[in-house]
Amino acid sequence: MSTATTPAPAAVSTAPEHGRTRLLRWWPAAVLVLLVVAPWSALPLPGLLDGPVGSPGSLQLLATCLLFGALATGYDLLLGRTGLLSFGHALYFAAGSYATNMFLLEAGLPFAAAAVLGVCFGAALALVLGSVSLRVTGIGFSMVTLAFAQAGSILVSRDPGGFTGGEEGRAAPAELLPSWLVGIDHTANLYWIALAYLVLTLAVVHRAVRSPTGRVWEGIKENERRVEVLGLKPYGFKLTAFVLAGALAAVGGLVHLLLTGGSTPQTTTSDFTLSLLVMVVLGGTGTRWGPMVGGILYTWADHRLGDLAGSGAVADLPAVLRVPLSQPLFLLGVLFVAVVHLLPGGLARLPSRLRRTSEENR
Amino acid sequence: MSTIVLLTMTGLGLGALYFLVASGLSLIFGLMDVLNFAHGALLSIGAYGTWWAASGQLPGAGPGGWGFALAVLFGTAVGTLAAVVLELAVVRPLYTRPREQVLATVGVGLAVPALLSGVWGSDARTFPGPEALSGTFALLGADVPVNRLVLVAAAVVVLVALRLFLGRTRHGLVVRAGVEDRAMVTALGIDVRKAFTLVFAIGGCAAALGGALGGLYFGSVDPRQGTSLLIFAFVVVVTGGMGSVTGAAVAAVVIGLVQQFANYYTAAGLGDLAVVVLLAALLLVRPRGLTGRLA
Amino acid sequence: MTASPLLAVRDLRVLIGGRHILHGVDLDVAPQGVTALLGRNGAGKTTTVRGVLGLVPRTGSVLLDGKETVGLPTHTLVRRGIGYAPEDRGIFAGLTVAENLRLAERRGADGPAYGLVHELFPELKRRERQSAGTLSGGQQQMVAIGRTLLNGNRLIIADEPTKGLAPKVVTEVAQVLERAAEAVPVLLVEQNLAVVRRLARHCVVLADGRTAHQGEADGLLGDAEATRRLLGVGRGPLAPFTAEADS
Repeated sequence: MSTATTPAPAAVSTAPEHGRTRLLRWWPAAVLVLLVVAPWSALPLPGLLDGPVGSPGSLQLLATCLLFGALATGYDLLLGRTGLLSFGHALYFAAGSYATNMFLLEAGLPFAAAAVLGVCFGAALALVLGSVSLRVTGIGFSMVTLAFAQAGSILVSRDPGGFTGGEEGRAAPAELLPSWLVGIDHTANLYWIALAYLVLTLAVVHRAVRSPTGRVWEGIKENERRVEVLGLKPYGFKLTAFVLAGALAAVGGLVHLLLTGGSTPQTTTSDFTLSLLVMVVLGGTGTRWGPMVGGILYTWADHRLGDLAGSGAVADLPAVLRVPLSQPLFLLGVLFVAVVHLLPGGLARLPSRLRRTSEENR
Repeated sequence: MSTIVLLTMTGLGLGALYFLVASGLSLIFGLMDVLNFAHGALLSIGAYGTWWAASGQLPGAGPGGWGFALAVLFGTAVGTLAAVVLELAVVRPLYTRPREQVLATVGVGLAVPALLSGVWGSDARTFPGPEALSGTFALLGADVPVNRLVLVAAAVVVLVALRLFLGRTRHGLVVRAGVEDRAMVTALGIDVRKAFTLVFAIGGCAAALGGALGGLYFGSVDPRQGTSLLIFAFVVVVTGGMGSVTGAAVAAVVIGLVQQFANYYTAAGLGDLAVVVLLAALLLVRPRGLTGRLA
Repeated sequence: MTASPLLAVRDLRVLIGGRHILHGVDLDVAPQGVTALLGRNGAGKTTTVRGVLGLVPRTGSVLLDGKETVGLPTHTLVRRGIGYAPEDRGIFAGLTVAENLRLAERRGADGPAYGLVHELFPELKRRERQSAGTLSGGQQQMVAIGRTLLNGNRLIIADEPTKGLAPKVVTEVAQVLERAAEAVPVLLVEQNLAVVRRLARHCVVLADGRTAHQGEADGLLGDAEATRRLLGVGRGPLAPFTAEADS
């Protein structure tokens, strides 16, 4: 936390405001506390959640939201901080999930070892593919990442050697996982793990962005040529961002494996990365909390809309309403287009835009 | 021998389909620097439009004979209209923000297949086709499905039409110049935005036609078809060179053939993989793409 | 300048990639003859021209015949009668010479002045079907200038038309511009002072993105000290290799 500056004597009248701002700055910590104690809460949030906050169903949903909030934050390291539009981020997430699963199932390793190796595999994959993809810049880079991701998706669904379980994915072996991570009674543990992953990602991204490397990333995003003129080689810095984001994604894949109990090929599709893109843009690229907010909101909306679509209430509506409401992806796609047009900079920049308009209108 | 003939014809048919999708994509990227992720959706719109009309929903259209031709015309028209609306409503307002343009097309590319799923379900629907086009014909000892020929014929027609348009008309001249240097075209007093809408319309028309005939080729339509074909169209566009219609044609044929032969002679699926890896390899060897537009 | 200027630029500012390139340029283009835009490399001459045309985002005021044009899209402004020959010539390499010229055609009262263009540049008629990318630098420059003469433009803007050309070709280009300037005012960006001395009546000197001097060309170029100070050139090892085009 940054230290407050001593208020000048003439500014005594602002001292109370100063105090209030200082207090407000602690809001992330307050939210964190609330999130940590959530599993013990029996608070019902009608409309937002199906059961009370502490129920397994709600915790599962919350955990998924937190997971994607973290994943989106990691992805923004590439998009919003370094200016790299990667269409293949899902690959490293899936790698973390599938690799850990395979180390458990095929190699029979204990969970801790399999987890570490799985994440390492994801990071190594990011290193290899990133070093290759980053040799191209601009839209070429984006297309190479898309190509690699598609190749990964094809490999996973064709399933050479029977490792990946093809179209159906592979369930994680419950007997090989520690007991406190399995079963509906331990949903709270999985929830806390997801929360820990979010905190980890936020901390890592925050530190990295503030570091000298982070400043170079910002320079690369603004104007890569100028960075070169300064004598720095952008390639190494971009690769660092790529591998860091990939490693974080792989950890996310591991958490996802635990949370959902298996690996699914759905996580390798370009649709999956595209939904990450939607999350980040929705929340606001290049901001501290934006991608997280976008990830949480999108995941929640996707689930709730999915529930709504499957429920009886929608089936009775006239076709004009029923059709759009039964397709979460349609609503989210439309929302995305609207946000891109109307809310450039995403939700996170909305308060400052409103403030600016109100100042202009004063 | 007959296997080779069949593979070749199938590869050509697939290549023709890729060309129909890629030709518009190539012009759009060449002229506007917009990577249109909604292009696959235009194909699906064409496919579903034709299917809907041919299923008896459109008076005069039907699964056979001239009724089918009418259905194809209808599907293509709907796709063209959708492309124009897409350009005017979604892409044009973001003219000064190219990355947002790409993102907006991504959003449309997600929304449209979902909408199609919502209206007609996400399962594949059988595609009606005229008797005359559903059989096979004998070629060098092989029984080749007629629909391959239909696709190739359509692609050739579109290729010729595009070349005539680009080479002989003023609008085509503007497009060719704009692909090279958009700013200079503006500096000569020409409103390039009209060319943008035109190029989107052309792309939509070709893609929708591809969707309509693709339904014939695959025998069915489903909402995911357009999106899965899109990545192959990207490969064709990058290989053939942005903004080059002839390049796209050559690349499409090569890619279609490679994919078919590789899929048959190696483990199934490796052909698709090979094509996608080809895209990555090409971009790495020539980072600026084949016409120096990408980096 | 006694008559009111054809083009009056006031406080033109251009921001590119977060950096201010122009910090408030003032410029008057006389309604007759050639107005030269001078300055050292990096002074902002080409950026000024692009700013006037709206090819880069700009603020300030640009009055053409007294009417404000900032806010108009480039193609609309150009249609009001501006012919532009850019620094890189703006030739479409994949198109033929004839197609390059055709693009510049505008629907006007009299139709495109191909007669004039072919009279001035007989080469272009001969090489009509040649791909413009295979032309020599001088020939490409002819296409660029030819395009500005096709329509009854009220102003011709030529950005370093003699750059990189052999001395004989420089003379030819200077002659063409001289003839063109008899009918249409020209804003000429030039580094070649011999050409400027021959053609320009008025001149504007830029330095560091601002106007450093406006006045009669003869006055400036006759003053060796001022020339050296503002343009960084004079009698010395750094004097530009000018053709003896003072004929």
